[in-house]
Amino acid sequence: MAIDSLVLGAGQEVGKSCVVVTINGKRIMFDCGMHMGYLDHRRYPDFSRIPKSQNESNFDHSITCIIITHFHLDHVGALPYFTEVCGYQGPIYMTYPTKALSPIMLEDYRKVMVERRGEEEQFSSHHIAECMKKVVPVDLKQTVQVDKDLQIRAYYAGHVLGAAMFYAKVGDATMVYTGDYNMTPDRHLGAAQIDRLNLDLLISESTYATTIRDSKYAREREFLRAVHKCVAAGGKVLIPTFALGRAQELCILLEDYWERMNLKVPIYFSAGLTLQANMYYKMLISWTSQKVKETYSTHNAFDFKNAHKFDRSMMHAPGPCVLFATPGMISGGFSLEVFKHWAPSAMNLVTLPGYCVAGTIGHKLMSGKPTKIDLDKDTQIDVRCQIHQLSFSPHTDAKGIMDLVKFLSPKHVILVHGEKPRMAILKGKIQSELGIQCYDPANNETVSVPSTHYAKAVASDTFIRSCSNPNFKFSKRSSEDEHGLSLGTRNSTPGLQVSDERAAEGVLVMEKSKKTKVVHQEELMLMLGEKKHQVQFAYCCLVQTGNLKEAKSTSGNDDQLCKSERGSRLLRRLSAKLSNEFSEGNIQDFEDHLEVASFRASVCLKENCPHRLLDGHGVRNKSEEAVYFCCSWAMADEKLAWQVISICQNFPMHEQNKGPSTLTRQSIIGLRSFQMVADLERSTCEEYKRTTHRAPLSENKPRVVQPYQHVVVEPFGDFSGLDAAAAACLVDPVDL
Amino acid sequence: MQKFSLPLHYSVFTVHSSIFKSFLFSLPSSISKSFLKGTCSVSTSSLSTACLVPMKLTCLSKGGGYHLPPCHILNICGFTILLDCPLDLSALTIFSPIPSSSEASYLDKESPNSLNCSDLLDLEEPLFRKRQKVEKSLDADDLICAVPWYKTVKNLHLWNASFIDAVLISSPMGMLGLPFITRMKGFSAKIYVTEATARLGQLMMEDLVSMHMEIRQLFGPEESSFPRWMKWEVLKLLPSSLRRLVLGKDGGELGGWMPLYRVLLSAADVKDCMQKFLRVKYAEETCYNSTLILKAFSSGLEIGSCNWTIKSPKGSVGFISSSIFDSAHAMNFDYHDLQGNDMMIYSDFSFLDAAEHVESDFDNASDCQELAKSLLNIDDSLEERDKLTFICSCVIDSVKAGGSVLIPISRLGIILQLLEQISSSLDVLNLKVPMYIISSVAEELLAFTNIVPEWLCKERQEKLFCGEPLFAHVMLINEKKLHVFPTVHSPKLLMNWQEPCIVFSPHWNLRLGPAVHLLRRWCGDQNSLLILESGPDVELSLLPFKPMEMKVLQCSFLSGIRLQKVEALLKILEPKVVLLPEDLKPNSSSITNSFSTFHYRVNETLRIPSLKDNSELEMATDLATQFKWRNLKQGNMKMTRLNGEFFVDHGRQRLLSGNLESSESRPLVHWGSPSLEKLLLVLSTRGIKATLGEAPSGSESRSASLVHVHHPNQALVEVRETITVISTADESLASIIFEAIGSVLDGI
Repeated sequence: MAIDSLVLGAGQEVGKSCVVVTINGKRIMFDCGMHMGYLDHRRYPDFSRIPKSQNESNFDHSITCIIITHFHLDHVGALPYFTEVCGYQGPIYMTYPTKALSPIMLEDYRKVMVERRGEEEQFSSHHIAECMKKVVPVDLKQTVQVDKDLQIRAYYAGHVLGAAMFYAKVGDATMVYTGDYNMTPDRHLGAAQIDRLNLDLLISESTYATTIRDSKYAREREFLRAVHKCVAAGGKVLIPTFALGRAQELCILLEDYWERMNLKVPIYFSAGLTLQANMYYKMLISWTSQKVKETYSTHNAFDFKNAHKFDRSMMHAPGPCVLFATPGMISGGFSLEVFKHWAPSAMNLVTLPGYCVAGTIGHKLMSGKPTKIDLDKDTQIDVRCQIHQLSFSPHTDAKGIMDLVKFLSPKHVILVHGEKPRMAILKGKIQSELGIQCYDPANNETVSVPSTHYAKAVASDTFIRSCSNPNFKFSKRSSEDEHGLSLGTRNSTPGLQVSDERAAEGVLVMEKSKKTKVVHQEELMLMLGEKKHQVQFAYCCLVQTGNLKEAKSTSGNDDQLCKSERGSRLLRRLSAKLSNEFSEGNIQDFEDHLEVASFRASVCLKENCPHRLLDGHGVRNKSEEAVYFCCSWAMADEKLAWQVISICQNFPMHEQNKGPSTLTRQSIIGLRSFQMVADLERSTCEEYKRTTHRAPLSENKPRVVQPYQHVVVEPFGDFSGLDAAAAACLVDPVDL
Repeated sequence: MQKFSLPLHYSVFTVHSSIFKSFLFSLPSSISKSFLKGTCSVSTSSLSTACLVPMKLTCLSKGGGYHLPPCHILNICGFTILLDCPLDLSALTIFSPIPSSSEASYLDKESPNSLNCSDLLDLEEPLFRKRQKVEKSLDADDLICAVPWYKTVKNLHLWNASFIDAVLISSPMGMLGLPFITRMKGFSAKIYVTEATARLGQLMMEDLVSMHMEIRQLFGPEESSFPRWMKWEVLKLLPSSLRRLVLGKDGGELGGWMPLYRVLLSAADVKDCMQKFLRVKYAEETCYNSTLILKAFSSGLEIGSCNWTIKSPKGSVGFISSSIFDSAHAMNFDYHDLQGNDMMIYSDFSFLDAAEHVESDFDNASDCQELAKSLLNIDDSLEERDKLTFICSCVIDSVKAGGSVLIPISRLGIILQLLEQISSSLDVLNLKVPMYIISSVAEELLAFTNIVPEWLCKERQEKLFCGEPLFAHVMLINEKKLHVFPTVHSPKLLMNWQEPCIVFSPHWNLRLGPAVHLLRRWCGDQNSLLILESGPDVELSLLPFKPMEMKVLQCSFLSGIRLQKVEALLKILEPKVVLLPEDLKPNSSSITNSFSTFHYRVNETLRIPSLKDNSELEMATDLATQFKWRNLKQGNMKMTRLNGEFFVDHGRQRLLSGNLESSESRPLVHWGSPSLEKLLLVLSTRGIKATLGEAPSGSESRSASLVHVHHPNQALVEVRETITVISTADESLASIIFEAIGSVLDGI
């Protein structure tokens, strides 16, 4: 399974954004932009590269849907051409503001092309209208089921009104195409917001792949000061902008400033277009920033009081003014017309947007300080006016891109919409710092990345239930490990390991012509109609009795002491030993046997236990003193079982000079049977708690403890709270 | 990602103490008792086995009409979900809008403490007389003269608020009762509501608070926490029709009465409640506890009102509230997105008010899908438009005659459309009659309707795309044809006031708000017109304003799915299970359906059979490729033990590869019966010498076969029908024998 991304535009450049992504048989076109810098065929993405069956004249079957992220022409400019001229009838998704504002941008562009430049029109007004009819508007976070398998969702991108990042999911494969986005809130828009999604692929813009920008407020102040200075001196300010977005942001800024400074200089919008755009902004105020949004009921922030409509005749009127004119990069149209007239005066000011496409006048003005600009062969403009560059572009900076990539942590990243050398640097950074595979394909290249796929199975309730209950196993690393590994590699902190192998109780069953099923191991027999066959291990092992005789004599009537009682005392000692040796596993001490997980040891009284094998010499130990522990266990606890057996066989269980801690621990086990736990629990002794919690005894069967002779106890905790009786019991009589 | 759900729930059933008190007063009925029994077991489930708890639905209230949506509790996957929490504002009609009648004020002045036994005797006689009189016909004096209390869904108080895990709100009307439960101790549920509903609901609540504030000034400070009118002795004497409103049929409803939002009136309760909201966008997927995926689709009833779908690992549920297929202002009922759910809860009770006769001409023809679709397309809006046109003509007639028009209708959609229609009619006739909207929240409300294109019908959305205002009122305000004031006594209103005029103002129950003042002013004018939404208690509503000269126009508007469309709708939605209100039974019994139908009744918990026997488990591919498959001896089947870590994320159960070292692949469970010959053969191939031994004579091992192993070490294998025991002291030998046995058995 793979995701193929064919980059038709904005590959290692800015302009004509268009990426065609194929996921699990679905093909989505993200953006359908045009390049402002070209006038020939290069202005549109090369749609012929989109795979389609040969006898098809249009793209209806080869493209599942088109998604437009925002209304800028380099993202939507080629849409009417593609749908109406190339032919596409399928659904187009965009947010409500994008659907409302895109036709204005397209119509504006068409007019500039046809009416001013006299070009042959690529698409007509009718085309735009027809194209917009195919658009399905979506709300933010609205989860749209495009078809049975394809799901898309828009997230706030903050770049312009209605700009969105789009999430797409086909089957288990997921991706996000960011479009243009801004990670810091500005005057009228909020910052981009997205959920922490589990992504296979992120396609991100990278306009400012290496720039880190400072606070915007300083730049805003600078802009306002420049404008104020100019109008105070009677100059005219030309602000070439796109009709939408920047114009509104700057106008909010100016309105606010005008109010504060009590300025009366008129602010104009060219050709009514931008003023009408404000109408849209008013209705779409819920797509702006929180602060602006809250104003709607009392005073809609887009109700500009000082803004008026500009008339062509006012171009030569005396006196200061501020004019918003389209298009933004002075690539033609009204802003060029005004620029021609205002540029020769040193009193005037022209502000330029942060980014101008190569080939536009804006770009020429930005690069160096030209005094003369050649418009065409015959026209030359003297440029004496001041130039102020507005550098608050609503694109995220390098830090923002890194933040987003880090936040989403996709498996792969594709960078588009940027300049080649900078993208390469960012790509390196993403790969080295975040360890995420990153690509920066050029136009018409295809990047193929693997996608997630989940194997699906029907799970039984029992399995789900057992999985939903935590089933932690705590284990300490065995002492060998601590010596062998930990010392060498890391500090030997007592490594408590928590394992939770709930899933291992499940069994995946595949049967021909049936759905793959997951059942709990307990259910398996029922499902198969079989009977469980237990495979067990057993071994009746001889216990090192050692100084048992001595023990016998100390405990009085030796002849009467039956074998079982000796055995059970040994069992107690084994239990103590085990709780010392094994921290893992819950050692349960029942009266007649010990249990650790599936391992079970009991005193064997049978003369001919079948599990008591002949020892190596073929001789059974017939000694009367011999005590056997009959052990049995299942495969799961194999390792543990052999360890216990080796303890039984090799460690002398009598050990006269054993350390006080072992002694006391044993005593505590005795104590527990006297139900004096409460007294001990009052003590702060951690050690005690650790052992007793692991060794619950059968409470209702107090064991008889032999009278003791003298007491030698080295306390391992604060026993001051204990009463005398409890303290007296701290000695195991067996050993003394 | 939540790895597992914690077992959190303890089941302690407590009854709201004050409710208990009122039960004592009002003779608890047998129904209530059985209901109590039914709910005791509600939250006993622990979340760990969440998805295995059966689904249950308890209808708490059928509601009544547009203003009082139904209220249910749904148990799904061990979670308790409250569906809507309305407030019965029509019950306010038992109160007098003004402290007028002498007798009532006499009663009111009685100090609350004086009502002891001896006083009771004194009071008995006049009150008794009063009652006698009233049984003939009600008059304004019979209304309760006190600061009004508000009637909540009484059955909801039998539930412990802290056991509610989530609340789903489907309309602004469905959230008015929320502040009563959000302020309860231990309430911690998440409240899901669409952004638009949250905003409209908030405005409605704020308006209610401000109107209540005003009436409180009229009546003076409230009495003790237990007002006099609620005392049994006083209630007994109420006219029977009023008493029924207070107590309900069985007397159980007294417990539902609450003082508005807080005794000390403030907007704090409202604010508090709003802060607990989780606002969702249109069709936004939200996830509750990693298990339930909630999604809201437009229901068409009002801006922002919605139908919810709940997806759980054990099946998906759609909840249909009152819905309108073809709305003139809000986004239409989006039933396409409700398709494919396992279960539908049909909770549109509007048919109860509509009283239509339905002839079902459905037969199970093959083209019933087509038929269904065509039936759904029958235009409702035409009829609705006709109603509005008629209202409009009445309004014009009235103002032409020099009378004023009062429209105390609170339905936002109706107001917005009437504004447009009346103003255009006035324009056509060139009549200069001002229109006023008087409400504390009107300005905000109108501004809000113009910024929610996402929740409006297609025609309104087109206006956005054309750059025109979504509703005409923006222009009307600009042109000074429509004036918006917060109260009747605002100075701007006094400056502007002009009669005849057309006034929209709350409240529709004619007990609160500016409508009361205006109605008192105009009720004697025979040229004036009052436009009311028809309801069961219109007579009672108008009681305090009698005798009335004013004309009254009652109209009813579509507020839900028409009965004849229910069948068609369900056919299209194709659920497996449908829960219908019992009241729908006579209409649906004749048709055999592809889905199974259950009928629910108020106050009864309906257990729903499980929708899915098994849930789906998704396994990461990298994990799945590592599985070591075992082919079974039976053939055609292979199996493997799972490993990895189990997650529940966004309603999906997933197994992802954990960083655990894969445990050994030795089988832990065996089945089948081993053949000894095969075993010996296998052992010998592994270099182990073994002989078949005779079973020892001991009784316990009669059915056992023994295999003695001599080389490389001593071992004994005891094979029985269902158990094999390997005894040896040699660890490696033990595991070789184990494997040998494993190879002659099936195991995993």
